[in-house]
Amino acid sequence: MARNAVILAGGQCKWGVREAHLVDLFQEAAKACLDDVPTLKPKDIDGLIVATSYAGRCSFQVNTAPVIAERCGLKPTSICTRCDTLCAGGSTGIILAMGLVQAGAADIVMVAGGEKLYTPQRWEVFYSELASVDHDWDGVHGMGLPPPFFALTAQEHMMHYGSKKEDFAAVSVANYNYAATNPVAQMQKLLTMEEAMAAPIVVPPLTLYDCCPITDGAAACIITTDEIARKFTDRPLVYLRGTAQVCLNSVSANFPGAHLADWKHTRIAAEKAYKRAKVSASDIKVAQTHDCFTISEVIEVEELGFCKKGEGGAFCSSKQIEIGGKVPVNTDGGLLAVGHPFGATGIRQGVEIMKQLQGRARHQVKDADIGLTHNLSGANAEHTILIYGREPVK
Amino acid sequence: MGFDKFGRKSFTGVTKTAKFVDLLAEGKIEGTVCKQCGAKYFPPRSDCAACLSKDMEWFEMPKKGTLETFTIAYYAPFGFEKDCPYTMGVADFSDNLKLFARLAGDIKPEDVKVGMNVSIRPLKYDDGQMSFEITKA
Ligand SMILES: [Zn+2]
Repeated sequence: MARNAVILAGGQCKWGVREAHLVDLFQEAAKACLDDVPTLKPKDIDGLIVATSYAGRCSFQVNTAPVIAERCGLKPTSICTRCDTLCAGGSTGIILAMGLVQAGAADIVMVAGGEKLYTPQRWEVFYSELASVDHDWDGVHGMGLPPPFFALTAQEHMMHYGSKKEDFAAVSVANYNYAATNPVAQMQKLLTMEEAMAAPIVVPPLTLYDCCPITDGAAACIITTDEIARKFTDRPLVYLRGTAQVCLNSVSANFPGAHLADWKHTRIAAEKAYKRAKVSASDIKVAQTHDCFTISEVIEVEELGFCKKGEGGAFCSSKQIEIGGKVPVNTDGGLLAVGHPFGATGIRQGVEIMKQLQGRARHQVKDADIGLTHNLSGANAEHTILIYGREPVK
Repeated sequence: MGFDKFGRKSFTGVTKTAKFVDLLAEGKIEGTVCKQCGAKYFPPRSDCAACLSKDMEWFEMPKKGTLETFTIAYYAPFGFEKDCPYTMGVADFSDNLKLFARLAGDIKPEDVKVGMNVSIRPLKYDDGQMSFEITKA
């Protein structure tokens, strides 16, 4: 009989500019995760999947999983490994853990992700950006940092669909205000429309609050089966119903859409994930999407099917992404305000969906029973979607 | 010539397509085509991604293309700071051949338009590094 995978527990450390080692951050995240379900102890955990991309470069540490296992008091017997899909690393770890527990190759897996990006040579992270694209054919020309790429995406969206700067600002206002009371967020301040519109330019049309910060941080969650989870918690169970990870290109010249604001690979990922989860876009009650830039969230709500293609700007500025709207998005503050330590982000998103579906989120969506997380990674080269639900897929 | 001569900054010294740089030095911008299945590649690939054959030969890239998209870097990754601002874009040469490169410095940013006719030419930087750039047609 097939086993059903659930997310049992999760947590994150304080994100921001941290005076701490990469492994310190992972240890804090593991504690936050275990504190979430106090009956669960390190000895119960038989697997560890670590998601980090910059550990080799910024922390001079490869083969990170054993280092983190030891520091977190884990002695894995089923899996102890690391995955690297940059901004989707945490989500990839959850997909892998899901498959292992469904197959019976593991029982209780901790998925932990994190990055230490601020180093004594403060902008070391910018050297590494060139390793985040195809460095031989994109990086060599000086394409490395994301803002110019997403600025162009925003320009194309404005040109093809008539979205406005105010629409982008509405996303940053919504996400900052979600994070204002989140004690582990990097940015904890209320943001007004006036402040967002008056912010300094980064790359036109993107201004300061349109861009997520660079973040030190880690997050961890537990993936297991429903039967095992029942031994540890009385909370409603949150099932992994369906997932997809789609990659159609690597070099930027082979971007699959008709233009940069046409995210064909997101649409395909959504279609595959909805099919596997046996739900449709209209069933999604809450979503955590990859708001690395405000324009990303505008396009994602379109390609995920929450509104028509081209209407993402109006969807966001008409408060459909806020509590009481059609699909509340990034209800803990998202990448824009909680921050974006690449490998940790997908886990942070999964933990927020778990809390929403259990009715214990800080900004609770009423009667949330189906939730979604989404990541893009690299130079918009890969899209990853996970769908969670209060019931297993049948 | 080694592949380390390619690019404003190089990240790779050894590759099976290092001949690309020798061709650049001769003034040619070439991709590879699979002799088994006919698939064409730019950037050049040493082996075919469609049929995995290693039976490949070089062909010269078409010269007439259109600018599909572009962006301007007002600040840059480390090693590229002194070049700012610079414009980068994707040129479409049809036949499934697209390339990403910088636009030539003599094209003013305000003159760059999506859909404009463009060409490509080899480029040698002051420090001897080899590359190619998108030019006005
Ligand atoms: Zn072939």
